[in-house]
Amino acid sequence: MSEVVHINLTVNGEAISQTVPVRTNLVDFLRNDVGLTGSHVGCEHGVCGACTLEVDGTMVRGCLMLAVQADGAKVTTIEGFADKDRATDLQEAFQRHNSLQCGYCTPGMMASALEYVEAGGAADREAIRNHISGNYCRCTGYQSIVDAIVDVIDGRAAT
Amino acid sequence: MTGPLTLFDKPNSYIGRSVPRPDARRLVEGRGQYVDDLQLPRMIHAAFVRSPYAHAKIGEIDSTEAAAIPGVVAIFTGADLAEYVTPYVGVLTHLQGLRSPPQMPLAVDAARWQGEPVVMVVAQSRAIAEDACGLIEVDFDPLDPVCDAETALDPDTSVIHDDYDDNLAWQRVVDAGDVEAAFARKDVTVIERRFDFGRHTGVTLESRASLVEFNPSEQELVYHYSGQAPHMMQAVLAKHLDLPEENVRLVARDVGGSFGIKIHTYGDDIATAAAAKILGRPVKFVADRNESFLSDIHARDHRVDGRIAVDGASKIVALEIDDLTGIGPYSMYPRTSAIECNQILNLTGAPYALENYRAKGTVVFQNKNMMCQYRAVGHPVAMAVADGLLEDAAREIGMDVVEIRRRNLIGDDAYPMSSAAGMKFDDLSHQKALNKLVDLMDYDGLRGDQEELRGQGIYRGIGLVSMVEVTNPSPMFYGIGGAPISAQDGASVRLDAAGALHVASSITEQGQGTNTIIAQIAAGVFGVDMARVKVTTGDTATVPYGGGTWASRGAGIGGEAVLLAANKLKEQVLDVAATILQAQADELDIVDGSVVDLGSSTERISLADLGKIVYYRGNELPSDATPELIATHHYRVTDFPFVFTNGAMAAHVEVDTETGFVKILDFWAVEDCGRVINPKLVDEQIRGGVVQGIGGALYEECIYSEDGQLQNASMADYLVPMAAEMPDIHIAHIETPTKTSTLGAKGAGEAGTGGAPAAIMNAINDALQPLDASIYQMPMTPQRILKVLGKV
Repeated sequence: MSEVVHINLTVNGEAISQTVPVRTNLVDFLRNDVGLTGSHVGCEHGVCGACTLEVDGTMVRGCLMLAVQADGAKVTTIEGFADKDRATDLQEAFQRHNSLQCGYCTPGMMASALEYVEAGGAADREAIRNHISGNYCRCTGYQSIVDAIVDVIDGRAAT
Repeated sequence: MTGPLTLFDKPNSYIGRSVPRPDARRLVEGRGQYVDDLQLPRMIHAAFVRSPYAHAKIGEIDSTEAAAIPGVVAIFTGADLAEYVTPYVGVLTHLQGLRSPPQMPLAVDAARWQGEPVVMVVAQSRAIAEDACGLIEVDFDPLDPVCDAETALDPDTSVIHDDYDDNLAWQRVVDAGDVEAAFARKDVTVIERRFDFGRHTGVTLESRASLVEFNPSEQELVYHYSGQAPHMMQAVLAKHLDLPEENVRLVARDVGGSFGIKIHTYGDDIATAAAAKILGRPVKFVADRNESFLSDIHARDHRVDGRIAVDGASKIVALEIDDLTGIGPYSMYPRTSAIECNQILNLTGAPYALENYRAKGTVVFQNKNMMCQYRAVGHPVAMAVADGLLEDAAREIGMDVVEIRRRNLIGDDAYPMSSAAGMKFDDLSHQKALNKLVDLMDYDGLRGDQEELRGQGIYRGIGLVSMVEVTNPSPMFYGIGGAPISAQDGASVRLDAAGALHVASSITEQGQGTNTIIAQIAAGVFGVDMARVKVTTGDTATVPYGGGTWASRGAGIGGEAVLLAANKLKEQVLDVAATILQAQADELDIVDGSVVDLGSSTERISLADLGKIVYYRGNELPSDATPELIATHHYRVTDFPFVFTNGAMAAHVEVDTETGFVKILDFWAVEDCGRVINPKLVDEQIRGGVVQGIGGALYEECIYSEDGQLQNASMADYLVPMAAEMPDIHIAHIETPTKTSTLGAKGAGEAGTGGAPAAIMNAINDALQPLDASIYQMPMTPQRILKVLGKV
């Protein structure tokens, strides 16, 4: 239970070298050991999507991956999206449309939205709804989130 | 322009504008601060051994092995904590006869629901604490569980609490007019139905979380709180941990959803605070999702027998309901678990002109998780029963469901008036709301399409609901019954040297946009740009005393306090300005951060200059001038027990009669919440509420086995509404400001959750009508729909 392993990874562009218990999942490691608390823990069994983050270019559930599996990986969290301008338009659209209330689902929701937008997803409400159906939001009812994503897709298409 | 500008049309008036929330930015950038984000020096973590049985005697507890694990700091049993925590009892004196036995944070002699905390482990990490929990041996001796509310009062059912002779918690009867005589009339059509409402729960995405610090030198406890009522929790913690109230501080930062779930007193939270006090170091407890399902309060779980009589003119001549609900083994502290039943009795049929009304409510104890107030308390049940019966009656007599409402809804010119159940109503607009809804949804067009599609074997249905929502409660809700729950709220507004406003308010933010509307009101009333307003909420050390945000009271009560305080400060500032400028205060105004001549925008002195004179160069003021650049005001509702909001909603659904699946094609809501402070935020409250209501209507259910085991305590098994199944929701408003305040705002936060289930149920039954089937059991799952269709 208490076995530890040393891992090296890049988180939001910063090299991290740390020892972790092998049973620690990635999101707990990022939150508790690296201090990046932007990724949230909602269910710890891969259903709610609040911990969605990027590992080597793929959006994954931070609670379904062990920290040791991220050894050598490049990890980007919500804080990274904020710093690198990659999601600025999405963040602005979320604010404009009030696509968040309590904000707890937002980091994971934005990660899934970004995944859809960057993959060239269409501004099709039903397709967007299907894509974000792995992210649970109790507050908004989802409509304003769809509005924001549509806006961003339209905006990126226009530039 | 005629007359002076009012509060609502001045420059800097943000009331009525969809201002984006200034605090949303840090949340989209991952910079929120929720309880679990905080790490404190020497912080340790709590985990709990919970009862695996619905009902069991607790024998010996052996924690020898667990205590030996490196990193385990302390282990507490119920008996251990009983030495530090006084028992609590969830009753209110105005709910006459309500009883509940004393409760302790951890079960002592017996566990009475599956998931009740029994032993607490505190360790250097949550993982170690959980390891230790797994090694603790509790000698449980299973007892007969009482699970079914229907049989809880039967003479041969065992009694959960030794001191009671049966499992009855509370009973109430409302009897207005002559119900028997009305039902006995020869000229009435009577419809009788049994409605079942499943148990569901809030599923806040951030689970319950507490981080509690205790400073032994000062005997001060700081509770980092994810909840809605900081001052209530301050009183609860002080009383039961034997601390002076002033030595307990509650601090709420970002709260990841609450919906009523996090407003109650939970044993594991109290145990966490007790452990912090005993150990003198910070203790954190964050419920995992399984614990959330097992211990967050559940709600609804009502079985209602209802009947309605309508006469030849389609007027409702009588309504009668009999409500039975099981609340778990205790009444929750301090708000009690009888309120939902009480609301159902108060609200069923409330939108309609009704003289003969009888309602009986029976609240029983059972060995399931505890029930208490969750968003829209009682409303989904009350609205579904009344409007379900009404639409059935309409079908029976061959009348359109809109027309039967027009004939029975209280007239918009009838206020003020009292309902049959004794609710005082004013400033409502049921008829206007219904008319607006019918236009918004193109009701006639939809009816035409429906008929045509039925011919093709497509079963679509339209269902409506006319509703009231309890908002802005007065002390008559809780305070009168002895609970430490404030019905008044306060705001302090301070002008600083740089010309900025600081507002501290006792209402709280859980994502509704509380902080935003506070800034909107303060900026507009006082006369500064909203960017110059800083808002503090959630910290008992710095905000005025008040109730918090629940029962749709934040905007209406807290907002009015802000308005009054900002007005008062404005007068004080103008007095100072008059002294400085040697002018008359009543000839001055504040616009855009400057004192101006009334009616003009000519700057006389900027607020920053005024602030600097007062704070830095007081020597320039006459020595008898005593400038006060801070003002505090409190507000409570006095003339009414509650200020009601009304609304009308409609759902358009398609039922797949082969699979039982329901697709929601459209949803409309017309809401009259009085003056709308921020239309965007109100719309989003309604949308989110509607979706939560759809969850209860179609998906969400805490499924228990016969012996009281919760069988779907994970997010994989408990279904919540996800984006793909949800419709876009159309919203329109009527604004009938409440005369109880200057602001005129009523609440809006629970309307969607209260109304949507009725509209969805009515729509499904409308769709099923040609097949001679109907359903009155929520959630209306595919299986249950196939059952009423006779297909399974």
